[in-house]
Amino acid sequence: MKQGNIHFCGVGGQGILLASELTAHALLAAGFDVKKSEVHGMAQRGGSVEAHLRFSTSKVYSPLIEPGTVDIMLAFEMMEAVRYLPLLNAKSTVIVNTQKIAPPAVATGKMVYPDQCLDALTSQGITVVPVDAFAIARKVGKLKAVNVALVGVLSRYLPMDEATWIEVIKKRLPAKILDVNLQAFHEGRKAGK
Amino acid sequence: MTPKKSDAEKLWFSGNEALALGAFEASVAVASGYPGTPSTEILENLSAYKSVYSEWAPNEKVALEVAIGASFAGVRALSTMKHVGLNVAADPLFTASYTGVRGGLVIVVADDPSMYSSQNEQDSRNYAYAAKLPMLEPADPGEAKEFLKLAYQISEQFDTPVLLRSCTRVAHVKGVVSKGEIQKSSVTPGLVRNPAQMVMLPAHARGRRIAIAERQQKLAEFAETWAENRVETGDRAMGIIAAGTSYLYAKEAFPNASFLKLGMVNPLPEKMIRDFASKVEALYIVEDLDPFIEMRVKAMGIACIGKEKIPAIGELSPSVVRKAITGETGGAIFAPVDLPPRPPNMCAGCPHRGLFYNLNRLKVFVSGDIGCYTLGALPPLSAMDACVCMGASIGMAHGMAKALGEDGLGKVVAVIGDSTFIHSGLNSLINTVYNKSYSTVIILDNRITAMTGQQPNPASGSTIMGEPANSIDFPELCRAIGVKHVRTVNPHDIESTYAVLKEEIERPEPSVVITRFPCVLTPAEKKRPKTSFTSITEKCTGCGMCLRLGCPAINWVPLSPEETKAMGKKEKQKGYALINETTCIGCGQCLALCKFEAISTGEGK
Repeated sequence: MKQGNIHFCGVGGQGILLASELTAHALLAAGFDVKKSEVHGMAQRGGSVEAHLRFSTSKVYSPLIEPGTVDIMLAFEMMEAVRYLPLLNAKSTVIVNTQKIAPPAVATGKMVYPDQCLDALTSQGITVVPVDAFAIARKVGKLKAVNVALVGVLSRYLPMDEATWIEVIKKRLPAKILDVNLQAFHEGRKAGK
Repeated sequence: MTPKKSDAEKLWFSGNEALALGAFEASVAVASGYPGTPSTEILENLSAYKSVYSEWAPNEKVALEVAIGASFAGVRALSTMKHVGLNVAADPLFTASYTGVRGGLVIVVADDPSMYSSQNEQDSRNYAYAAKLPMLEPADPGEAKEFLKLAYQISEQFDTPVLLRSCTRVAHVKGVVSKGEIQKSSVTPGLVRNPAQMVMLPAHARGRRIAIAERQQKLAEFAETWAENRVETGDRAMGIIAAGTSYLYAKEAFPNASFLKLGMVNPLPEKMIRDFASKVEALYIVEDLDPFIEMRVKAMGIACIGKEKIPAIGELSPSVVRKAITGETGGAIFAPVDLPPRPPNMCAGCPHRGLFYNLNRLKVFVSGDIGCYTLGALPPLSAMDACVCMGASIGMAHGMAKALGEDGLGKVVAVIGDSTFIHSGLNSLINTVYNKSYSTVIILDNRITAMTGQQPNPASGSTIMGEPANSIDFPELCRAIGVKHVRTVNPHDIESTYAVLKEEIERPEPSVVITRFPCVLTPAEKKRPKTSFTSITEKCTGCGMCLRLGCPAINWVPLSPEETKAMGKKEKQKGYALINETTCIGCGQCLALCKFEAISTGEGK
């Protein structure tokens, strides 16, 4: 893998930025040039959140992923995976946390959460890897570890070895939450591929 | 092929972190700014460098004036703000151009094309032209750091404030940044009297106006040979002039084209542009927002293609640039799927929610302001009817009162956050009292500047450096201005807030209601032990009252007629409300709305 585009998406507050940070550091440790674009401010308040990560063995110019060029999507919520469909192509792999978070219009009963929404991806030939990261997080005893569990799944699809990832996680996470997160990473890795 | 490991230790920094490092490496001594996405994290990161004095000012005008003062005292000074903040700071900016500097003075301004977190998408480059100041425009975090250091050299060499234009895709993009040398100022700190340059009496200003013209000439010559204005020779069939992130997008879209990459967007290197234009067959100007470079290139009499193809609205990207120039979309792209939207929402337990619920009930016209609470405009709260700029709510409400006279009494309120009130609402409150209005001003005091990520302000009781500080006493302040009726309420207490609001809104005199409760994201509030509420499904009638709060911790669960029957509910019940215990923090607002005792406070559990 000489270059790639990874798209992270989900709902503000799910730990998307941390997941993208860990991934960026693992890619940097492997010697890739990396650029990542995030959105802060008002958009973060429970809204749809995304991060674009691009890596290459040569220089990365644009920090933005072009439509139709995502190699791997790490979606923290099902409907959010579908929202960014225009970024995908038939060869994309979508790792998706099978969690449903109701947006305001659904939570107030004005609209319905789309049934079987991932069909919109599979019907285009896109490879979808569903993961119950919330169950993993519950199993390791820390609900907030959803993000690191998903990073564990993602690690299966990137060229770095396991040791590189573990080193990055150890370096980036505070000691008191390290063990549960390492467990979440391992469980995620087991769930992937 | 596996990539090579880099030998030098590199930093993984956002543009804002890189700018903070750049300020440190440039030996900046004083930095002052006001939070505003996407500029906020520059000062937040800079405050971690203890050799630099950093502060949050009440607004951008004050911040720039602080920086000007520091520069006059002979140290390097920085002021940071978002694009709309530069409007507030425009007054000192234009005249600081006349005074020039002692210590280097740089103003970092962060634009927000596509308005990810802003009320407009103005192009700050126009300020550089209008104020006759040099402006540098970096493309990524690595350049941001280097350009800031270069900006200080230019500032001191040419006796000028320098503008550095950032944007969302520099500020919040992360990339590889290398640590550099510490650069020292050549200026000796201390007070030097130089009234002809520092006291802008008309007679002095006339002299300085000529000095500016000379400076502009010198800077234009400097731009011709400055290394960050550079030509990348490629295919001569297509030549592109671009700066900042637009250069990256164009480079990605047309890797083989010839480029004139501009590091300085004002003044422009005319000879260099003429030379470049003469060597390429078709000349394109790729720039986001206004045709800033294009108009100047056209004024030079050089044929080029710009905004007739490149969009002037919204941020550019490689695909936007490619499609604009070639018409190619880059292969089959899947069409978007129609989905329920997911707009940002106030947090579960946000104190603002209780206020907006009440304002909706009161059916008043809400003159709003800038902050998280602007989200009060969205359904189901739908309780904001106007919002223009920082601090505008109070002046607009007063204007409405004057326009409507007696007919408007009891119909208009202004809503403004604590930080926004201090930023630029205070003067308007003075006006409201002085010019005998009747409007009610509601100060949403959540103790912090919340939307930009919990920055302390003059009411918070601490500084950016983490030191304890004075906390403004809002009731005393309002009384000192001359407001006779000042009430403080807890917005989580729905019914008493309603009663106070009703009384004050109907009052034919100016009044202030302070809704005081800390933002749920403040560190102290996060630590405070809380008990989540639970919904009692057996008692829930599905009336939907609690859903009117739009709280993300309350979800509607629809029921089929069979399910309704199986649960022993009345036939017409279409569903029930369910509290998500992992997100609920037990603020109590919904409890006041439920008439069926279907919410348990969790006490005793």
